[in-house]
Amino acid sequence: MAERMGFFTDSSVCIGCKACEVACKEWNQLPDDGFVFEATSYDNTGMLGASTWRHVAFIEQAHEVSVHGDDGVDRWLMSSDVCKHCTNAACLDVCPTGALFRTEFGTVVVQPDICNGCGYCVPACPFGVIDRREDDGRAWKCTMCYDRQRGGLEPACAKACPTDSIQFGPLDELRERAEDRLARLHADGHDEARLYGENPDDGVGGAGAFFLLLDEPEVYGLPPDPVATTRDLPAMWRWAGAAAVSLAGAVAVAFLGSRGRGSAS
Amino acid sequence: MRSEDARGIAEGGTRTAAGRARTVAGREQEMVPEAEFRSYYGRPVIKPPVWHEPNMPTYLYLGGMSGASSTMAVVARLTGHARLARTARIAAALGAATGVGLLATELGRPERFLNMLRVFKPTSPMSVGSWILATHGGLSAAAASSELTGILPRLGDAAALATGLTGPLTATYTAVLVADTAVPAWHEAYRELPLLFAGSALAAAGAVAMLGTPRADAGPARTVAALGAAMETISGAVMEHRLGFVGEPYREGRAGRFMRAARILTLGGGLLAPVAGRSRTLTALSGLALTAGSLCTRFGLLAAGRASAADPKYTVVPQRQRLDATS
Ligand code: SF4
Ligand code: SF4
Repeated sequence: MAERMGFFTDSSVCIGCKACEVACKEWNQLPDDGFVFEATSYDNTGMLGASTWRHVAFIEQAHEVSVHGDDGVDRWLMSSDVCKHCTNAACLDVCPTGALFRTEFGTVVVQPDICNGCGYCVPACPFGVIDRREDDGRAWKCTMCYDRQRGGLEPACAKACPTDSIQFGPLDELRERAEDRLARLHADGHDEARLYGENPDDGVGGAGAFFLLLDEPEVYGLPPDPVATTRDLPAMWRWAGAAAVSLAGAVAVAFLGSRGRGSAS
Repeated sequence: MRSEDARGIAEGGTRTAAGRARTVAGREQEMVPEAEFRSYYGRPVIKPPVWHEPNMPTYLYLGGMSGASSTMAVVARLTGHARLARTARIAAALGAATGVGLLATELGRPERFLNMLRVFKPTSPMSVGSWILATHGGLSAAAASSELTGILPRLGDAAALATGLTGPLTATYTAVLVADTAVPAWHEAYRELPLLFAGSALAAAGAVAMLGTPRADAGPARTVAALGAAMETISGAVMEHRLGFVGEPYREGRAGRFMRAARILTLGGGLLAPVAGRSRTLTALSGLALTAGSLCTRFGLLAAGRASAADPKYTVVPQRQRLDATS
């Protein structure tokens, strides 16, 4: 396996231009997913889905924040969300056909020629990333531009991002870079800055695509403490085994002491 | 709802979730009458299950009915209840075959149904379940055909005996399948769901067997039905109690109506079952109530899962509490 590649999305420099959304649609030839006026913010995409693999969140906050001594600036948070390419990926774990697989870059990709659209990966993802395209019947999500990476190119979103809010590279390097950036922001007094998804000890074993956020993750629509539920699979099977035994036991009890009229020879 | 949420975000993105919350480990937290939580315009964090009514819940019912029926067929056979064994064997085969058909229609690409058996993946309950179901369906079909045609009776019996093993698994693996998702109302219930499914399966199988067997031969089927109803009722009550706030979707809205109907029908049918041998009317009443009850449980489960995924509070509040408890 080649080095594990990843995304570091630094939301502190995101300007909400949506170049990543557009670049992703163009390169991956994603169909439109309806034009909805959400009437909540500049975000009319809503959320990640089968045909939206980058999604820019906009959060207008009426907090007064001080920027370079000027008081009275409302905070406007923007962040480009994407599949986390989890170390322990629930979608990959539960996929019964083997359509979802781990690439040589450590990313998680669906093989469209194998997916039978069972839909299991959809509610399994703790981030609500992957979805089934109803007209096509299969599940789709970000591939971290598997095709471009194989050709030695960086993913389309990272390429198009004008502020380098989206950075692509070997995950280890990105983690170091993120720590430096965080230390810098904290030194500048931005105590609200935090990393999200960078910790290999979290419920998904750390994300291959992690973030620098300026508020709590749930404000951006991200789960604060995501877990790949396959972690509990042994326990789940134990409870199911006990239930199966109880079922057989109940049937046996029901027949106890009653001999049938039929031939019991 | 949308505009209320939008207002919530303008005020800092906070909305309150009333109710009692517990941690995942099941440790009871302080009573939190109003848990505050923040979200992105009230949007869901996770995606709802894509499975549809009536196919998916009907499959859950049929799989359960088939699994428990084959278990009953084995024990009936061993204890000399030939008539009952015959009914149960046929019910098991029909349930499995119809269930497989329904599952295929749930796929986005039904023509790729066989990809389910392309690999065996222990980390995927659906993969494990597909293998269980394929084995169970094949065995129960063989057992029933031999029963009906009288051809190869020994092989038919051997197949039937083997369904004594695949049956209980067919009836319970589905609980693991739904519990192994990020849907809070499903995952947090992983302890009780298998027993709930087993009870629902026993009630369903008992009901079918008592409806399809002369009353004089159906005594043990009535007992199976009554035991199943008790198991389903008790595990359901324990589950809702333990889940607390996360279990709210089982009590509210459409899912709540299904679950309440299920409880009444299952309890009523189960109480009637022991005396249902007295008349045909009682048998019909009990059998139909139990069948309807088992179906309502399965429909309620899907509806609760969808509701649980749709409201971010069920995802965010327990996770936030978990974080706050450890930091
Ligand atoms: S974020 Fe979801 S879709 Fe992406 S790898 Fe993790 S579990 Fe799979
Ligand atoms: S929908 Fe496709 S990718 Fe998702 S779990 Fe099923 S087969 Fe795998």
